[in-house]
Amino acid sequence: MRLYVLVSLLSLAAGPALGQGKVNVYNWSDYIAPKEVERFEKDSGVKVNYTTYDSNEILDAKLKTGYSGYDVVVPTASPFFVRQLAANLYQPLDKSKLKNLKNLDPEIMTALAKYDPGNAHAIPWMWGTTGIGYNVVEIKKRMPDAPVDSLRMVFDPAVVSKFKDCGVMILDSPTDVLPAALNYLGLDPDSKKPEDLAKAAAVVKAVRPYIRKFHSSEYINALAGGDICLAFGYSGDIFQARDRAAKAKDKRDIAYAIPKEGSLLWIDVAAIPKDAPDGDEALRFLDFMMDPKVAAASSALTGYANANKAALPLMPKSITGNPLIYPPTDVRERFYTVTAGTAEQVRDRTRLWTLIKVGR
Amino acid sequence: MRFVIALPFLWLAVFFLLPFALVLAIALGSNAPDLAPPVELGFSLKNFALLFTDDLYVAAWLSSLRIAATATVVTLLLGYPMAYAVARTSARWRPVLLMLVILPFWTSFLIRVYAWIGLLANNGLLEQFLRWTGLAQNPETILGTEWAVQLGIVYAYLPFMVLPLYAALEKLDLGLLEAAADLGAPPVAAFLTITLPLSLPGVVAGCLLVFIPAVGEFVIPDLLGGTGTLMIGKVLWDEFFTNADWPLASAVAICLLVLLVGPIALFQRQQAKSLERK
Repeated sequence: MRLYVLVSLLSLAAGPALGQGKVNVYNWSDYIAPKEVERFEKDSGVKVNYTTYDSNEILDAKLKTGYSGYDVVVPTASPFFVRQLAANLYQPLDKSKLKNLKNLDPEIMTALAKYDPGNAHAIPWMWGTTGIGYNVVEIKKRMPDAPVDSLRMVFDPAVVSKFKDCGVMILDSPTDVLPAALNYLGLDPDSKKPEDLAKAAAVVKAVRPYIRKFHSSEYINALAGGDICLAFGYSGDIFQARDRAAKAKDKRDIAYAIPKEGSLLWIDVAAIPKDAPDGDEALRFLDFMMDPKVAAASSALTGYANANKAALPLMPKSITGNPLIYPPTDVRERFYTVTAGTAEQVRDRTRLWTLIKVGR
Repeated sequence: MRFVIALPFLWLAVFFLLPFALVLAIALGSNAPDLAPPVELGFSLKNFALLFTDDLYVAAWLSSLRIAATATVVTLLLGYPMAYAVARTSARWRPVLLMLVILPFWTSFLIRVYAWIGLLANNGLLEQFLRWTGLAQNPETILGTEWAVQLGIVYAYLPFMVLPLYAALEKLDLGLLEAAADLGAPPVAAFLTITLPLSLPGVVAGCLLVFIPAVGEFVIPDLLGGTGTLMIGKVLWDEFFTNADWPLASAVAICLLVLLVGPIALFQRQQAKSLERK
């Protein structure tokens, strides 16, 4: 929720207090099973100061200001963690103190090593896809043969225009939406060529009149509450919307689809900022995060796949057997990742995004 | 005595001049995403140049001015009768009515704006009400449009208009109106020639108290506005957070400040004048 952003903005200057036997964790909202955190506090005697945010941008601003006071943060690997690593904001991990490292999924570790050579600075936490969340009844009412598992749902004006009246939201994130638009056009999703990006921008501009808002978290409540019927967002967020909608008084059926054209694979990682006061408690917390029980309980809470191979047998079939959470190999083969690009490329991309949003 | 005078200046130096100098220094530097903080200090006016060459910023500025000016006029039209009514009620009821104007401040600004989402949303309370009364069967959703932003600003800033207007109207000598009536002036003429000119300082103060903060408003357009709502406060947020371009964001902030200096100076002069009159 945007409220979190505003609250964290208000506390931007006031970092947490530093001290012994404490670990200051800055994480996404609803991302670690709270019961497990309590267990960690009891077992280790280390007090956890847990604060949350809802966007990578807020975390980025705090880290770049310096002296954030956080011991453990959880950015998305690309492009945020990569840029922060390039700015020398993280300390290398003392792997001799991370006994649970062996539990992690080698496939994810290899994907991550592309950004962080030798996995020296970060451990993977959760991963997921970017795709289509929709209200089953409202979509069917307006378009019985809607291509729900295709990017056409959001990028084809002939399709998305049918859902204008019931509400459409798209992530406010150039690093998620522009690669998807490139992919929709059959171009390289990681392309940094200005002419390719111009084509991608044209795709988003063409559907912009039918989009109520570009936002990175409001769609969870909006989908669950019936304020919108279609969203392009993060898998776990849409699962949360689905669960909330199912519990609500007037039950709504919310579904998620991984686009058949392919999807951006994102990985959130846990890392220790360079200016963290004491690394030891932070390392213990990272080791705790790699405990299979913790990862399993957190996946059950969030609906995201974790990067912990040893956690697989501990999770219910409803999660590990769900092709939307742990997709089969043929779906995984169409996943893509994006690189950060140079400072100029970042600037051009974000400027392009601002212009798309305001319709210029 | 000297210490007492020095204190406010010290305060200004530490909490205004120093931060302003920092922001200016950042604005003159260039964006460096691989540094932390992401700024390479220097002396270049290219960030300011960009503000005037890329028409996005000028458009955002003009649209902020338009939204703030509209809100000011609407709060004045709503606030004047309210303030007038409060000033004319018996002394016993006045504190109660004033209390009602101030009461919303007891809740957080953020929560009050958030509450409007529930009122204006698709199938929100407003639409349910319209359908229930039969006034409209298929009302257009207001949330996410400029109307919602406008409504939010008027709602949030109305007390800032009412209070200075009340202060001016309450001081008005009723004998003047009686004299006007005795001399045959109809009520409208008495209002236009006596009440309105004498309450002018309150009008100016109220308008500036609404206009100045409304131009840079961020929370209301962010929560109630949609994708197309262009306001300078939101552009600033985007430059700082989404684009992580601190120098450009600083340049936007400085331009915002410079462009508001005019109205603020006007406000100061008017305040000083009304103090002299006493």
